[in-house]
Amino acid sequence: VNQQEFESQNRPLWRALEDSLENPDRNSDNFPRNFRKLCHQLALAKSRSYSLLLVDELNSLALRCHHKLYQKNRNSPDKWLHFLVYGFPNALRRNSIFLIISATLFAGPLFSIGLACYMNDEFIYSVSSPIEVNNYESMYNPANEKFGRERESDSDIFMFGFYIKNNIGISFRMFAGGLLFGLGSAFFLVYNGILIGAVSGHLAQVGYGETFFPFVISHGAFELTALVFSGAAGLRLGYALLSPGKLRRIDALQAAGRDAIQIIYGSTLMLLIAAFLEAFWSASGTVPVWLKYLGGSCLWLLVFYYCAYAGRRNGP
Amino acid sequence: LLTTRKLDTDYTVETPEAIDLNTQLGGPVARILAYAIDLSIRSAILLALLITLVLLGKTGLGFFFLISFLFEWFYPLFFEIYFQGQTPGKKFLGLKVVNEDLTPVTFSASALRNLLRSVDFLPFGYLFGIACMAINRNFQRLGDLAASTLVVHVENTPTRFNLPEVKSQIPTTSLSLRDQIAFTEFSQRQAGLSEQRKHELANLLTDFNPEIKGKNLDYILGIGCWLLGKRS
Repeated sequence: VNQQEFESQNRPLWRALEDSLENPDRNSDNFPRNFRKLCHQLALAKSRSYSLLLVDELNSLALRCHHKLYQKNRNSPDKWLHFLVYGFPNALRRNSIFLIISATLFAGPLFSIGLACYMNDEFIYSVSSPIEVNNYESMYNPANEKFGRERESDSDIFMFGFYIKNNIGISFRMFAGGLLFGLGSAFFLVYNGILIGAVSGHLAQVGYGETFFPFVISHGAFELTALVFSGAAGLRLGYALLSPGKLRRIDALQAAGRDAIQIIYGSTLMLLIAAFLEAFWSASGTVPVWLKYLGGSCLWLLVFYYCAYAGRRNGP
Repeated sequence: LLTTRKLDTDYTVETPEAIDLNTQLGGPVARILAYAIDLSIRSAILLALLITLVLLGKTGLGFFFLISFLFEWFYPLFFEIYFQGQTPGKKFLGLKVVNEDLTPVTFSASALRNLLRSVDFLPFGYLFGIACMAINRNFQRLGDLAASTLVVHVENTPTRFNLPEVKSQIPTTSLSLRDQIAFTEFSQRQAGLSEQRKHELANLLTDFNPEIKGKNLDYILGIGCWLLGKRS
């Protein structure tokens, strides 16, 4: 078959394919079959050395059809529910070793620096500047009516926006830093551990604990754990690069990325909850202190129970 | 014919239908320009928002934080998922993000490549990303490598020209495959060439095959037409 005959025989098919690409709404049952025919014709055109123009044209058409046929973004309505009940807790438990390392890197400095600041009223100045210390102290002064990172938090929306931008930004950077052989994640974990530990210890030392701890206990259940999770996801990436096992480094990294992103979805959601709690519940002056402690403790238990037991039926 | 991998922007992938699909990769310059466009769009919108929202006091500022957070992290993700892998900047430059198997980019892959953007940015001005693209044969930055994604040029259908209105000529000698391709390509593309260029190329063809020395342009085009199957 020479090229002209080939073209005139098959052009109706190519037109039909073009047509179904341009009208994606029109239901065409023939599309996959026509696409396979086109692939066959492209292979023929190449092997018969038909002109490059024709091969290019068929290649371009096949590329667009391929793009349409192999859609991977299938959205089933219960996908998110499934993720929350099974996907996320199972992803956490699959990576429990990284969770432990991440939690140690975060909690170790948090408690040791916290204790140091509690024992010694000057220790805070070796990690924080006097202006910042003064700032923290004024935020949680029991004489205030409302507490939070901003003394005049007259607008809850303002704080909500701020917490989202700040905390989720930190969490994302903590994860991405894992690509530097895990060093970035480890740095952010230790850094934030030191910072949070120093502030908590110092505020307890100066006797502001009665305002500070009720404030942080509720959203801390989501915020601190979510930071540890993001760090663990980053360490997962870094470990894949350091020790790829039997895979090529690039393949190990890609596998780790697919796994780690699941944890990031979950931790982002947790930070959203935390920001919401922090702005509208923790900072509230009308909720009594005992209720904050009670609610906060329940939330911690809930988070641990969820991570340890949710979705066990379908995974580790 | 060309089996060895050459230094080129060609990217080939074998599909489940057992054919090789070919596409062109987007290089660093095009990608940087696309990013610059996106950055300007984002900055302009954020600046306008800041000016209006500041008037609303602290609540307005809270919304500004929210929106600027979304713009910083989710602008590319949103466009890559809902606009066929194209942010406005990429659309302007005819680029798009795809998976390594040339299928539309998945949500997870897009999320991953855009979260890891902050490492590509390090130590400043996307130095890691650009260095990685320069080393990598598929121009992938670190985020692309981890998410197994590519930035490719949007395929444009090649323009088709009509065959010339000349009488078909049966070639008098047997032509090798390479010779046949030269004749047919010439006949197919001649409509896009100037008269002088056509003659120039025809002269090259006569050097290429001495049998047609001294024949005119129409004769050479006629051979191409005959090889393509035109019989009149």
